[in-house]
Amino acid sequence: MNLKYLRRKIANGMALVLSLLAMGFGLFWLGWILYTLFSRALPAIHSTVFTQMTPPPGAQGGLLNAIVGSLMLTTIATLIGTPIGILAGTYLSEIGESNGLSKVVRFINSILLSAPSVVIGFFVYALFVARVGHFSGWAGAFALSVILIPVVVNSTETMLKLVPTSLREAAAALGAPQWKVIIFVAYRAARSGILTGILLAVARISGETAPLLFTALNNQFWSSDLSKPMANLPVVIFQFAMSPYEDWQSLAWAGAFLITMSVLMFNILARLFLRGGNARN
Amino acid sequence: MQRHFDQEFSGLKDQILKMGDYVQESVDMAMKGLTERNLQHFSRVHELEILVNQSHIEVDEACLKVLARQSPLATSLRLVFSIVKINADLERMGDQAVNIAYNGQHYLAAPPIKPLIDLPKMGEEVKLMVRESLEAFFNADIELAKKVLIYDDVVDELKDKIFKELCQMMKQDPSIVEPALNLILIARNLERLGDHATNIAEEAIFDASGQDVRHGSAKP
Amino acid sequence: MQETNSDLKPKILVKDLNFYYGAFHALKNVNLSVVDRHVTAFIGPSGCGKSTLLRTFNRMHELYPRQKATGEILINGENALDPKEDVNRLRARVGMVFQKPTPFPMSIHDNIAFGVKLYENLSKSEMNDRIEWALHKAALWKEVKDKLKQNGNSLSGGQQQRLCIARAIAVRPEVLLLDEPTSALDPISTAQVEELIHELKKDYTIAIVTHNMQQAGRVSDFTAFMYIGELIEYNKTDKIFTNPDQSLTEQYITGHFG
Repeated sequence: MNLKYLRRKIANGMALVLSLLAMGFGLFWLGWILYTLFSRALPAIHSTVFTQMTPPPGAQGGLLNAIVGSLMLTTIATLIGTPIGILAGTYLSEIGESNGLSKVVRFINSILLSAPSVVIGFFVYALFVARVGHFSGWAGAFALSVILIPVVVNSTETMLKLVPTSLREAAAALGAPQWKVIIFVAYRAARSGILTGILLAVARISGETAPLLFTALNNQFWSSDLSKPMANLPVVIFQFAMSPYEDWQSLAWAGAFLITMSVLMFNILARLFLRGGNARN
Repeated sequence: MQRHFDQEFSGLKDQILKMGDYVQESVDMAMKGLTERNLQHFSRVHELEILVNQSHIEVDEACLKVLARQSPLATSLRLVFSIVKINADLERMGDQAVNIAYNGQHYLAAPPIKPLIDLPKMGEEVKLMVRESLEAFFNADIELAKKVLIYDDVVDELKDKIFKELCQMMKQDPSIVEPALNLILIARNLERLGDHATNIAEEAIFDASGQDVRHGSAKP
Repeated sequence: MQETNSDLKPKILVKDLNFYYGAFHALKNVNLSVVDRHVTAFIGPSGCGKSTLLRTFNRMHELYPRQKATGEILINGENALDPKEDVNRLRARVGMVFQKPTPFPMSIHDNIAFGVKLYENLSKSEMNDRIEWALHKAALWKEVKDKLKQNGNSLSGGQQQRLCIARAIAVRPEVLLLDEPTSALDPISTAQVEELIHELKKDYTIAIVTHNMQQAGRVSDFTAFMYIGELIEYNKTDKIFTNPDQSLTEQYITGHFG
C-alpha cells in the first residue's frame, strides 16, 4: 500500500482513539456521580420523604415542604420567564433581526446566559430582598426567572431562525399581516423546538442553588406564602449536606436524587418533543 | 396523463386530414373535368391548390413550433417528423392535380380521340390511396398501409397499359400525337400521385412498426 | 387556432421599473405587459432579475427594508407600487407560488383555509366547498379528498406544490405568479404542474419564472428574456423559440451563451 494512504489511516486511527478516550473520560465521571448518587440515595428514600416536613436534627422527617417549595418556585419562574423569553426571542428573529437594538439585546442576552448564577442571586438580593427587608419566595422565583429568560430567548430565536424564510414569504404572499405570519406559521413550525428550549431552561433552573440562597433562603416549616422565605430542594440539600447529622445528610442525598431525576425527565421530554416535531415535518 | 402536446398534435392531425380531403377533391375535379369535358371543374382545381399550399405552410409552421416548444421525443418525435414529410407529399400531390388539369385543358382543346376508361379507373384508385394511406397513418393500421402499396402496383400497371395503348394509336394515326401525349402525361401525373400516397403508406408502416420499408428495403 | 389581437388585453403593465438591492441596481428601466389570461414566461441566466421582477408584482420585496422599486406596475390600471395601495389587498389579487413547496405546518384543510380566512368570513360548509373547489382546480382533489385532516407536509413534493397552488387559488386571485414552481420536483410532478398551468390560464393571468427553457416553451404564450437587469426581448413564445430578434436571446436559448 501507498505510504500516503498508510499515513492517513494511522492519523485517522489516532484521532478515533483520542476522541473515544475523551468521551470515556466524560462518561467515567458521570457514571461515578450517578453510581454514588444511587447507592447513597436509594436507601434514604422512604415514603416519609414525600409526606413529612424537614426535621430538626435527630428527629424523623422528610422533604415535603422543600419539594412543594421547589415546584412552586420553578413554576412561577417559568410562568414569568417564558412569555418574556419567547417575546424577546421573537423580536430578535422576526422583527428586529439586524437592527441596532437587536444587536445590543443579543449581546446582553449572551452575557446573561453565561453570567454565574450567584451574581444573579446577589443582584436580586440587593434589588429586592435588601429593600423589603426579608427573604421571600417571590424573590427566589424572580431570580430563577432571570436565569431562565436568556435561555428561552436564545432557544426561541434559534428555533425561529430555523423556520425557512420561504414559509414566511408564502404566508405573506397570501396577504397575511406579520403578526399572523408569526403566530400561525412561524410559531407552529418552530413549536417543538421552542417547547424543547423551555423544558431545557426549566431543567436548568430546577437545580440552581446559589440564587435561592440569597433570595428564597429556606424555611424549616410548611409555607406556601410566597412573601415569606420558602423551603426548596437545592438550599435544603446545601444545608443538610454541610451538617454533621447523618439523617440530614441522607435526606440531602434523597433531595439530590429527586433533582437529578427531574432534570433527567425534562431532558427526556425535550428529546421526545424534538423528535416528535421532526417526524411531523 | 393527457399532455398539452397531444392537443397540439391532434390539431396537426386535423389539418393534415383536411389537406388530404383537398387533394382528393382536387384529383376528383381534375378527372371529372377531363371525362365530362367541363373546364369549370379545372378552375376548382386551381382554387384547391391555393388551399393546399396555405395548409402546407401552416402545417410546416406548426411542426416547427411543436419541435421548438414541446421538444418531443421518441414516438412523438417520429410522429412530427413523419408529418413534416407527409405534408410535403400532400403539397406535391396538389401540384400533380394541377398538372392533370393543365394537361386536361390541352386535351380538351381537340376532339376526343378515344373513350376514357382506364384513366378514370386510375383516378379512382389514386383517390382511394390518398384516403387510405392517411387513414393507415393516423390509425397506425399496418395492414391498410400494405394494401395501399398493392394499389400502387395496380396503378403502375394501368399506366403501362395506357402507355402501350396510346403508343399503338399514335403509330397508326400520327395526327393524334398531341392529344395522345396529353393523355400520357395525365397517366404519368396519376402515377406520381400514387407514388406520393405510397410514401405516406410507407411512413405509416415505419411509424407504427419502426420498420423501414422504403426503397424496397423490406417490401411486403 | 389563431387568436386575434383583441383577445390580448394587458393585465399588468410595467412602466419604467427600476429596482435596487441597497446600492445594487437590479432592474433597469423595464417596460412590458403581461397579457390577461395568458402565460408569460420570464427566462434568463441566474441573477438576470427575472425573480426580482416577479416579486415586485405583489410587492414581496417590501418584506426587506433594503430593497426598493421605482416606476409603475399597473394592474387593472392601478399602480401596485403606490404606497396608498394596501399591500394585503394587492396580494389577495396577485397570488404567488414559490420554488420550494411551502405547505404550512398544519392540515391540508387548514393550509387552504388560512388564506381564505384572511379575507372572508365563511361558514363551515362554505369553507369546505371553497377548499374542495380549490383542490379541484389544482388537480389535487382526487388524491387528498380522504385525508384533508393530514398534515400538509405528509404529501409528496409534487402534491405539496399543487397544494400551494390550491392555497393561492382559494383566495380567488386574478394573477398567479409562479417562481420556478417545478425546479424542486421530479419530471412527472413537473409535467402535472405544467398541465395544470395550461388549465389555469383559462381563468388566471399567469407569470412564470423558469430556468428550464423547454418548460417556458411548453407552457407559455409569451416569453420575456432578461439579462443583467434588462429586458432584452419580449414576444410571443412561438417567435422567440423559432426566430428571436435579438442575437443575445438566440445565444441563450440555443445554449451558446458566454
